[in-house]
Amino acid sequence: MKKIYEKPVFIKLESGFMNKFGSSPYYARKIRKDIDGVSIDQLVSQFGSPLFVYSEATLRRRYREMFTAFNTRYPHVTFGWSYKTNYLQAICAIMHQEGSIAEVVSEMEYDKARRLGVEGKDIIFNGPFKSPFALQKALSEGAMVNLDHFDEIYDIERVADAWGKPVKIGIRLNMDTGIHPQWSRFGLNLDSGQAMDAVKRIASGGKIAINGLHCHIGTYILDPSAYAREVEKMVCFAYELEDQFGFKIEYLDIGGGFPSKSRLKGMYLPPEVAISPIDDYAERITDALYRHLRPGDFPRLFLESGRWLIDEAGYLITSVVATKRLPDGRRSYVADAGVNLLYTSYWYKYTIELDREIQGVNEPAVIYGPLCMNIDIIDEGSLLPPLDRGTRLIFSPVGAYNVTQWMQFIEYRPNVVLIGDAGQVDVIREKEDLNDIDQRERLPERLKFDTLDTSHAPTGAVR
Amino acid sequence: MNRLHQLAINDEGFVFDPTTGESFTTNPTGLTILQGLRAQKSPSQIVEDLCADFEVQPEDAERDINDFIDVLRTHKLI
Ligand SMILES: Cc1ncc(COP(=O)(O)O)c(C=O)c1O
Repeated sequence: MKKIYEKPVFIKLESGFMNKFGSSPYYARKIRKDIDGVSIDQLVSQFGSPLFVYSEATLRRRYREMFTAFNTRYPHVTFGWSYKTNYLQAICAIMHQEGSIAEVVSEMEYDKARRLGVEGKDIIFNGPFKSPFALQKALSEGAMVNLDHFDEIYDIERVADAWGKPVKIGIRLNMDTGIHPQWSRFGLNLDSGQAMDAVKRIASGGKIAINGLHCHIGTYILDPSAYAREVEKMVCFAYELEDQFGFKIEYLDIGGGFPSKSRLKGMYLPPEVAISPIDDYAERITDALYRHLRPGDFPRLFLESGRWLIDEAGYLITSVVATKRLPDGRRSYVADAGVNLLYTSYWYKYTIELDREIQGVNEPAVIYGPLCMNIDIIDEGSLLPPLDRGTRLIFSPVGAYNVTQWMQFIEYRPNVVLIGDAGQVDVIREKEDLNDIDQRERLPERLKFDTLDTSHAPTGAVR
Repeated sequence: MNRLHQLAINDEGFVFDPTTGESFTTNPTGLTILQGLRAQKSPSQIVEDLCADFEVQPEDAERDINDFIDVLRTHKLI
């Protein structure tokens, strides 16, 4: 009888890894045969590879966990789903079903929310560019608009002129909360007095009433106390506005930035250790509110969490299409998904799981995507056993930002499916075809041809 | 440069390079390839050896032998 075949390996023994049969990392690997009970095999044979898969159960569980953390500590809490994190209709619809309003940062996102059925009054409109037309539309539909910069004051005053009555808006602040990098390019700086200057200008115009404050201190914030500092500064500023100008602040929007269990490149500790539970964040934030709010004053608290809610609900299945040995001895794989789909791979190192048990010892390997571009690396080095062509790799968490920042570049974008609570699988975005790429293009009549005829090609320089 | 004949190899797949003092580990399929190469066999002969002893298709075996040779190269053994 023939022996079972295991791919040949030849590995240099380093001290520390000497025990071949111990629990060395050379044998550790992660296997995933299904997502929410639906086998990887079935998903790929039905919907192809690569494939984005979202878990509705995870999404709803995360939402409820986070909402409960805040809602049980403070009376008026509303979540605004950060559209840019993932604006697939099905995903937004789940968020809205769970009770979230919409947080948008462009006219396109605003229109998307409206088309999905969200009323203007349930939309928070942020961002550095709101065209006068978009502003006018959003304000007249009752959206909560947060001022980003001085120039917007003029645009909003023009709306007030047209209406003949004051317009209510919030203003976006940026500030030092002790974290780096400090996001200082959006909104008005609190520490320098810039925000107060804007308030004075607004008050003197008499056409705008300020009823809210907004701030988003950054993304992937590991230190919960940064939010406590943010809240303290916002509340103090709110009372300055009330006492000095008579503006009553009805909402404090503290933005998003809560970290998902993804691993930032260069981060030493595993995310399970580095990241505090959401209850810690909720505790710090609400504690700061109670400490600084005046008795009986409970402005509405908005949160615009993106990645925390959705990142872990998203997976990308990709298949190994080729194996190659690099000149430096590392093994490399070509996968059918690259940075065109995993935009966040520039910053995050994903968990990689295999769809099957594989014999053989782990080796450091690089995973490239399918693009004919040097930048197309989705994993710079992980210990993987020798993988056959066709092996599927499951990357996670990839639910946040990838399915909005993915690129239409070189390859078609694949199917996106949602696994429902009862295990049903629905396509929520169809795989693209050439029409998706071409349909907005216009080929001038004079450039059309039936068959390629190169015999008349000019040989001289172009005149 | 082929230094494979200098290597000390035991049946367990432990490989010692007396020139550099480095040691390596290989598995049964790797051992078959290594012994084939030491006996100056061609890759296609080694494919046959692998297919005779193990449950594997010639195409897969050939691919793996090529890769194995690349690894030996990176360790400057051939
Ligand atoms: C204004 C605003 N709110 C919310 C978010 C969501 O952030 P996160 O996904 O880090 O929670 C962002 C992201 O950049 C943002 O700019």
